Amino acid sequence: MRNVHGGLPADARVVIVGASLAGLRTAEALRDVGHDGPITIIGDEEQPPYDRPPLSKQVPLGFAPARKTGLPRLRNLDGVEWLLGVAATGLDRGERQVALADGRRVDYDRVVIATGVRSRPWPVAEEGALDGVISVRTSGDAEQLHALLAEKPRRVLVIGGGFTGSEIASVCRQLGLDVTLVERGTTPLGGALGDVIGEIAADLQRAHGVDLRTGVEVGALEGDGRIRQATLSDGTRLDVDVAVVALGSVRNVEWLQGSRLAAGPLGVSADAGCRALNIDGLTTDDVFVAGDVARFPHPLYGYQFLSLEHWENAVAQARVVAHNMVCDPIRRVPHISVPVFWSIQFGVNIKSVGVPPYADEIQFTQGSKADHNPVAAYGRDGRVVAAVFFDQAKWLDFYRAQIESAAPFPLDLPQIDDATPGRAEPVTFPVATHHAPTVVLSGHDPDQVRAHVVGMDGGRS
Amino acid sequence: MNEERLVFEIAKQENRPNPYPLYAQARQVGICRQHDGAYVVSRYREVSALLHDPRVSSDPRNLADPPPPPPAFPFIMQDAPNHDRLRRIAMNQFGPPDHAGLVASKESDIAARMNALLADLDGRTEIDVVDDLAYPLPVAVICDLLGVPPEDEPKFKEIADALVRTVGSADQEGADEQRQELGLYLFELVARHRKEPSDNLLSRLANETSADRMEDVDVVATGVLMLVAGHETTVNLISNGTLLMLRRPDLRERLRSEPEISLRFVEELLRFEPPVQYIPRVAAAPIDIGGVTIPKGSRIILLLAAASRDPDLFDNPDQFDPDRPHIEHYGLGGGIHYCFGAPLARLEGQLALTAIARALENPKLLVDPPPYRPSAVLRGPIHLPVSIDGISV
Repeated sequence: MRNVHGGLPADARVVIVGASLAGLRTAEALRDVGHDGPITIIGDEEQPPYDRPPLSKQVPLGFAPARKTGLPRLRNLDGVEWLLGVAATGLDRGERQVALADGRRVDYDRVVIATGVRSRPWPVAEEGALDGVISVRTSGDAEQLHALLAEKPRRVLVIGGGFTGSEIASVCRQLGLDVTLVERGTTPLGGALGDVIGEIAADLQRAHGVDLRTGVEVGALEGDGRIRQATLSDGTRLDVDVAVVALGSVRNVEWLQGSRLAAGPLGVSADAGCRALNIDGLTTDDVFVAGDVARFPHPLYGYQFLSLEHWENAVAQARVVAHNMVCDPIRRVPHISVPVFWSIQFGVNIKSVGVPPYADEIQFTQGSKADHNPVAAYGRDGRVVAAVFFDQAKWLDFYRAQIESAAPFPLDLPQIDDATPGRAEPVTFPVATHHAPTVVLSGHDPDQVRAHVVGMDGGRS
Repeated sequence: MNEERLVFEIAKQENRPNPYPLYAQARQVGICRQHDGAYVVSRYREVSALLHDPRVSSDPRNLADPPPPPPAFPFIMQDAPNHDRLRRIAMNQFGPPDHAGLVASKESDIAARMNALLADLDGRTEIDVVDDLAYPLPVAVICDLLGVPPEDEPKFKEIADALVRTVGSADQEGADEQRQELGLYLFELVARHRKEPSDNLLSRLANETSADRMEDVDVVATGVLMLVAGHETTVNLISNGTLLMLRRPDLRERLRSEPEISLRFVEELLRFEPPVQYIPRVAAAPIDIGGVTIPKGSRIILLLAAASRDPDLFDNPDQFDPDRPHIEHYGLGGGIHYCFGAPLARLEGQLALTAIARALENPKLLVDPPPYRPSAVLRGPIHLPVSIDGISV
């Protein structure tokens, strides 16, 4: 990155809330672009920033200890102040202060919201509190899961067939453990990749010995302090010693209540330059958002707001935040990279580029479904909008270029390997439901109308 | 320059010491159609696009005018799914997951071999870096890894040399002959390994019993490929790197005082003086790129060495700078044919160049530029005569 300093006073105090990938990379990028002034990083965990992808793969497998997933530093961060082990509890935009759980208040000139997400907990608290019931988000969680799996449980129940759940089922099979994966939808990975690819993922799971149950839900977890049984919605009872709750994530936005930012269950809304929007939809100049908690409009996807819990997205946003915070306003840049995501499960490297759920059609273009190594392109309105790769990631750049250039869908490719480029077929994704708070307007004169949230903790903000 | 004669110019021996001005001209033009109908691609973004384009084939049978086929196609000359299957089987014996750590486990052995080669030079005041160091090290390493008895080395050095001479030249008839001779040698070797299995790559490939196994003809083709690739490319990496240090004593000093820089040094070397300068491909369908449509069946030449010096991607591309922050070179290719032996080549390069920087006392280049090998593709000095005050091991 180049030094683009020019829009921010040299002594401006930058506070980054969230000490994970996005937070760390933002601090590094700020130094890269020439901000030598004070930077404070606030994190609710005691540990310095660490990498999360191994937590559902190498760590539970025992290949790497949880404490060894610390993120490498890309540059010297001497002089950066770290406030670790203390959560941010409020953002006072009038006073320009971040409130901390221990009562301290930290002054800022610019603040970066990078508080990420947490695991969605099991809905019944007492059941979720049973020993052996766990979700995997933090390095501590992963360490605990590794210990649970090392006890050779009779059976592991994985609740939820998204990427995390599927990766953990894969780890269990690698360890030779019996595992049942329960997915409410028709296939695993259906939410991210759709039903057609989900069928291949299901096939892959069954070929590796996963007891995959789709179209059912887990009704209850039972035990005597330790989980012993689970009851499914179809009445099946399973003896299990470990239950992994992998029901997706909840965005860490509660601390922003009262800040009048456009923050809610979907995340913190920002413009394409990672500047937070306030509740009226106006762009702020001193509040930036990066990482899993951010949602932002993407020109390639009809300017819909996307929130991407992707490693690469966090890194890319960190750089945009740093650039736009420091530069002359006329030199701001947008965050419009095409999203890339990866997973490793059952010995297969799965990558996607673009936004598959935006599509309504899919076309197999390379490789073979039967051999579990297909490439498929996703289309909508006659354009390529995404692609997915099973052990075929070396082709990703080609498909990214097709997405960037809005190439016609279906793709016209020659038969270069055994796979004859298939015809477009329909693809469906489960409909996401969100219980967003209600926004109402108050005021009568046009210059007095303001938005308000009702329904978040019952109060108005 | 007449852009239609670009490859012809590059192939001229007189341009071997410094082909880079020709590459710069090629980048200026963009995609250059040659008088024989081949298309030369030299800009980074275009090379990158074609390396990852499923319409681009590595199989000469897709040429509009295909040459007579060799007895067997190594996976470097095949497309998916055959390429994928053969490469995976070979990789099972070379890298993760089944042989993770194999390359790293060779580190002390490589360092010891390098030190022995250097110790042998004690008392000499004039050495040939190619014959004395850069050649014997990778050959010993690849023979050991593959399971080729060291005493057979002279037998195939001649064949490999002759084979490499034909790479990128019009005389493919000679190439087939050499390849066949090398194949015959390996065929016998594979038979020997089957009788007496041992722990090396060829033996394991020959004795694999699972469904994921190669036919003998593929084991032989893979062996030929690895022997030649392992022979020639790393030799040039070490020779080119040493030549660079001889021309720039500050770099040699840097490597002596900061041996940990060797990793970055070798990456920058792969960008700056890659052992493989360009690679052939075939358009399996018409391809629109850079304002040109490359017709189906056309030969494509990807000038990797030109792409890695594209000023669009690299600041001061003609400067060797191990500290540059952005170093995504194509010195080891890209896409599904990305160099199979990359981890080994890197390790050998790092260890050999560090050892050479440390051990040679007051080295002076005796001929500049040195004489070069005939191949414009696998480019490097054929001899590198150097005067030294002594050897410190």
